[in-house]
Amino acid sequence: MRKQVEQIQAATVLFAGDSGDGSQTIGTQMTETSAIVGNDVATLPDYPAEIKAPAGSLAGVSGFQLHFSSETIHTPGDSCDVLVAMNPAALKVNLHKLKDNGILIVNSDNFARKNLRLAGYADNPLEDDTLTKYQVFPVELTTLTRRALEDTDLDMSKRDLCKNFFALGMILWLYNRPMDYTIRWVKTKFSTKNPHLIEPNILALRAGNTYCEATEQFAISYEVKPAEFTPGKYRNIAGNTSTVLGLVAASHQSGLQLVYGSYPITPASDILHGLANYRNFGIVTMQMEDEIAAVGVAIGAAFSGSLGVTGSSGPGLALKSEAINLAMIAELPLVVCNIQRAGPSTGMPTKTEQADLLQMFYGRNGESPVPILAACRPTDCFDTVYEACRIAVKYRTPVIFLSELYIALGAEPWLIPDVDTLPKIEPNFQTEINGFEPYLRDADTLARPWAKPGTPGLEHRIGGLEKSDITGNVSYDAENHEKMVNIRAEKVQRIANEIPPTEVYGAQEGDLLVLGWGGTFGVIRTVVETKFEEGCAIGHVHLRYLNPFPSDLGEVLKRFKQVLIPELNTGHLLQLVRSEYLIEAIGVNKVQGQPFHVYELESKISKYL
Amino acid sequence: MKNKKSSGIPLGVPTLTQKDFMSDQDVRWCPGCGDYSILAQTRRIMPELGIPQENIVFISGIGCSSRFPYYMNTYGFHTIHGRAPTIASGLKMANPDLSVWVITGDGDALSIGGNHFIHLLRRNFDINVLLFNNQIYGLTKGQYSPTSEQGKNTKSSPFGSLESPFNPISLALAAGATFVARSLDRDPEHLRSIIKYAFEHKGTSFIEIYQNCNIFNDGAFFQYTEKETKADNTVFLEHGEPLVFGKEDEKGIKLNNFQPEVTTVTNDSDELIVHDQYAENTTLANFLARMSDMPEMPHPIGIFRSVQQNCYEDMMTDQIAFAKQQRGEGNLEELLNAGDTWVVE
Repeated sequence: MRKQVEQIQAATVLFAGDSGDGSQTIGTQMTETSAIVGNDVATLPDYPAEIKAPAGSLAGVSGFQLHFSSETIHTPGDSCDVLVAMNPAALKVNLHKLKDNGILIVNSDNFARKNLRLAGYADNPLEDDTLTKYQVFPVELTTLTRRALEDTDLDMSKRDLCKNFFALGMILWLYNRPMDYTIRWVKTKFSTKNPHLIEPNILALRAGNTYCEATEQFAISYEVKPAEFTPGKYRNIAGNTSTVLGLVAASHQSGLQLVYGSYPITPASDILHGLANYRNFGIVTMQMEDEIAAVGVAIGAAFSGSLGVTGSSGPGLALKSEAINLAMIAELPLVVCNIQRAGPSTGMPTKTEQADLLQMFYGRNGESPVPILAACRPTDCFDTVYEACRIAVKYRTPVIFLSELYIALGAEPWLIPDVDTLPKIEPNFQTEINGFEPYLRDADTLARPWAKPGTPGLEHRIGGLEKSDITGNVSYDAENHEKMVNIRAEKVQRIANEIPPTEVYGAQEGDLLVLGWGGTFGVIRTVVETKFEEGCAIGHVHLRYLNPFPSDLGEVLKRFKQVLIPELNTGHLLQLVRSEYLIEAIGVNKVQGQPFHVYELESKISKYL
Repeated sequence: MKNKKSSGIPLGVPTLTQKDFMSDQDVRWCPGCGDYSILAQTRRIMPELGIPQENIVFISGIGCSSRFPYYMNTYGFHTIHGRAPTIASGLKMANPDLSVWVITGDGDALSIGGNHFIHLLRRNFDINVLLFNNQIYGLTKGQYSPTSEQGKNTKSSPFGSLESPFNPISLALAAGATFVARSLDRDPEHLRSIIKYAFEHKGTSFIEIYQNCNIFNDGAFFQYTEKETKADNTVFLEHGEPLVFGKEDEKGIKLNNFQPEVTTVTNDSDELIVHDQYAENTTLANFLARMSDMPEMPHPIGIFRSVQQNCYEDMMTDQIAFAKQQRGEGNLEELLNAGDTWVVE
């Protein structure tokens, strides 16, 4: 008998298990498939810092949340329609995220006494009334996977590792999704090193799918129609991948060799991994002995006339600050990627936060103006890091590109850009000997010449000591120092001349402007959309350029009675906006290592409407 | 010595003289400083290297010695404390055709920049490192350095310093340096020849230069540099030659139970250590290096080790060429469109 299929607009699924259970893998696969079949998607991976915390423990729970929809969406969802819990700990950690009457699939094989005790359950929640408000589907995932793989020659422990694909097979059935894309991925993934794992994983996937089809346990499946997108070619992309491609594109379009210096650090390492694959683009990746060396090689490369880039997270940025200052005074192009995580100190490396903004502004000795740009969503990393490269090259300055864990690891559909439409990046190397002075500036941009070693007749010396205007020779002259400080500030300020006019979403003037930056974009937009549609005079501005601010920002802010600034910190942009524009902006702040929920922000915003 | 010049550097620029390497900046070291001699020898030897000055880059860190690039009419970068090796590495990687020189001191290379120093040596970039060792912090006015002898009385150690000094040669050998040498500020000819050998060596070349700070540590090396004492306190290393020293070459060095020992040279001196700078194995070089920690032994001057190994920049260049051969020159359009894609009409 054909089972019932129900049309729904959107769904949120959360896969959770031990950090070795493969929740990230199947979450990513479900995302890929959902994107390919045309949904809008947003994801939130949430995993512990430990590679494998003790099995079954609460600390070891790893989760992957996916929101897919037939409408445009901006967030991974506040709460879930489906929770797949591979063990009691995963259930305990995530149950509060499941909606009432939500679907709960648990691996009942893992609900024995030991695991219950590890999760802090005195009694088995499958047997008492803990779960009465949910649709509970206890499935013997381990047993069923083992049975499906009976005829393979895989040993028992390896067979058990395939149970995530059994679970994925179930979810694909539940949402009427094809298995083809996952099957193709499995074949590619294991083809070279572990071809013997291809068949078992596919068997497990199919078994999970068949299980739902065959058992009476699952009576209804769901369908989420494709969303409306701007016409074009799409792929699904995570923020860090988007950053990698943006850097490759900037190198390619500028004709500058990319030299990326880095030291492994969560959550920036993926950029190093990604770029290391593109040697055929002439890209050099150098895994250095520490964060300082990583920025050092990028500066050395910049001096030579290459595109020097370094990437890290907050703790690494602290170590790089002296070298960034050197690039600032030497006026060399340099791009510094800071993929923020929750701090201070080592903080919470696998959690998200936006608390490095003031560090980026002020974390260097002396007067040290550095342009700062922030990406607001996974796909925006491409454009923003590309723009950071363009500014660095044009103005001969270090530029800080800010991303954050939430968008770095989150993924969404990306309208693949046409290479020909990418902005030009022109190195304009100095070759003319006559009239060459190392610090003689372009009249418009105040950029100094980029004269690379190897160019005859342009031999010159630069360094971290204060420069004499024009000649760049060492100078301790009092007036000159002040002049140079002002010139360096003015140079950064002039970038504002080419920042596009500020776009205000929603009301163009009125009661409330919500001003944001970085990864809070999706949540803010979702709330403002709702309120604007309800008829409120509410607008949303999201800043890519944080230093300098767009030149029309002050005027935009004045068009609203109140300005609200939601941030995942204690009020960094808030301080900057207050001091720059002397307005009584109000902060909405959260510092929990987690993004805002839509409902949280909505209740805060509603108070001001 | 093998000729190692890569094709990008035009050979033979015979018209240059030392004056071509003098920048227009006044040299501002204390009168009498050993740095003057090192600068003079470097300027003198540069024309003999056969490369145009635009292909030469001096990179320094912080300290008295690190002002050096300002005085050379080449490309130069006076960077930050201890980090010159990192900037030099990035520069050399991005343009392997450049002749890259790191100028550093004992504090810069061995204290604040110790980590970069050892990693530079292990990566074996074709970079030349000149470490001016004066066993003191000069620019900050006289604190003990990581090469100062234990118990040294300075402003920061009025009761004597507590640390044992680094032996820069031993440290470099331990880090896998492929060219390790020592020279003297007050032996111009030797210094010039060692700088030239360092240049000719393909790989990271490390030269420790005993340099006199006449203000804060005057005479620290006089027993190795001054006429009356030099012969008895130094042994000049020559590849393939026995280790002999003294005014009349009357003393030699032999091994006794794995310890170097001074012996009198006789007609039948088979027992003397014969220097082999090309030995892959570092045992001999390590013995020689440790002699300067032994009060009764002369300090070896010259090339401790010179071996050929692959350079980082060459291996990276090969990887890039191989990747292009395997996958074809990178195509941005294809890269952006890679993976599972779908079209929305």
